[in-house]
Amino acid sequence: MKNPSPAAISAIKVFLFLLCLLPLAHLAWGAWQDALGANPIEFVTRSLGTWTLKFLLITLTVTPLRRLSGWHWLLRLRRMLGLYAFFYGSLHLSSYLWWDQFFDWSAIAKDILKRPFITVGMSAFLLMTPLALTSNAWAIRRLGGRRWQALHRSIYVIAILGVLHYAWLIKKDLFLPLIYFVLLALLLGIRAWWRNQERRGQQAGKYLTPRRGRIIPLVVRR
Amino acid sequence: GERLASRPGPHSTGETPTPYKSIASYNNFYEFGTDKTDPFEHAQRLRIQPWTLRVEGLVQRPRTFGIEELLRLAPLEERIYRLRCVEGWSMVIPWIGYSLEHLLKTVEPLGNARYVEFISATQSDTMPELRRRVLDWPYTEGLRLDEARHPLSLLVFGLYGEVLPKQNGAPLRLAVPWKYGFKSAKSLVAIRLVEKEPLTSWVKAGPGEYGFYSNVNPTVDHPRWSQARERRIGEFFKRETLMFNGYGDQVASLYNGMDLKKYF
Repeated sequence: MKNPSPAAISAIKVFLFLLCLLPLAHLAWGAWQDALGANPIEFVTRSLGTWTLKFLLITLTVTPLRRLSGWHWLLRLRRMLGLYAFFYGSLHLSSYLWWDQFFDWSAIAKDILKRPFITVGMSAFLLMTPLALTSNAWAIRRLGGRRWQALHRSIYVIAILGVLHYAWLIKKDLFLPLIYFVLLALLLGIRAWWRNQERRGQQAGKYLTPRRGRIIPLVVRR
Repeated sequence: GERLASRPGPHSTGETPTPYKSIASYNNFYEFGTDKTDPFEHAQRLRIQPWTLRVEGLVQRPRTFGIEELLRLAPLEERIYRLRCVEGWSMVIPWIGYSLEHLLKTVEPLGNARYVEFISATQSDTMPELRRRVLDWPYTEGLRLDEARHPLSLLVFGLYGEVLPKQNGAPLRLAVPWKYGFKSAKSLVAIRLVEKEPLTSWVKAGPGEYGFYSNVNPTVDHPRWSQARERRIGEFFKRETLMFNGYGDQVASLYNGMDLKKYF
């Protein structure tokens, strides 16, 4: 698993692509079978929202997992996972615009301004859009690796806003949003800790070989 | 469930009742879990026999009623009421019961009784969520005495011609159709007449979000979401929410001169 062949990676990508479509297929099947409960519209909207959060967290897991396992090829799956987060986020937003507001733009504008949880959710989506648009080799070349990386670090903010959006709409029981929050805190915390370790190493004047996890082969070989 | 005979009562809406399946599978009953489907899945363990209701506090004749006795206290009526949840969805439910007033008058409220407190069951061995303090248990609700004595306030024993399903608050609950659903406490074990406004579970949980009155009011939003519209379960498009859930003709006079934005 350390160095899978290009053919193996392609196969993994195809498998992952299909796997990521399963939540959507599950919802479509449930709608077809009328198995989504008494309020299917709410069920679908919520489910698309929580899958957006799950994909954001999965995307954020790639770097730590790669660093801990030494499986650098994992990085080549990250773009797809991030794009799936955007895909589910777009569907979630569409379900709100259509089934909740029926494209009543003045009501939507009022909602965005007045309701913090909508404001936060909408900001998260807007911040996600440039990341999705620059998820290609051409954009990386145009922006340059450093700037591209800086831009894509906004996923940290997006994920925080996403969990906040979730917690804020719940009537009372914060147990589930809390789980997302803890996982996110772990994923961000481990990055902060590594960064801190490196900084201390540099301050101590030690010569450091760049850590495995810090080298980011941005343009992926085809 | 077991059949429960009734005759048609007053105040019924002509709207199409929500399917039984939806009424019995989409519930808020936090003692059994906070997911809409939790009560259906977990409430079947609730022990409802024997069941008694204490009526106490500022009354001439405090006493404890057995459920069988309550079922015979007044003729059972079918009343088809709208139910609007504070979360923004609604149903139409054919309840079976009688006006709460029938019960209140038998215990003879004293002159200084101004409010009625409703207390739901706590069965720690059948209600998994009592350990998690999502709300302050026992679930407590309240009405002003004149609201409680209003003919629309219903003491409910069944729906759709059958005894109440457990997830809907068996063996007896309230239905106060002009207020948000959480005001209609389930599985009642005590009714207490008091002088001061009772502190209810939802007011304790979020005084800025849930008021004592909680009348359905499309012009007063929940701080986090709009109350202007609702999704009737089973419908695709949303409907406009009506003031007092459409019962304004009957109940608006209870609130003459009150600022309903302040007393939300």
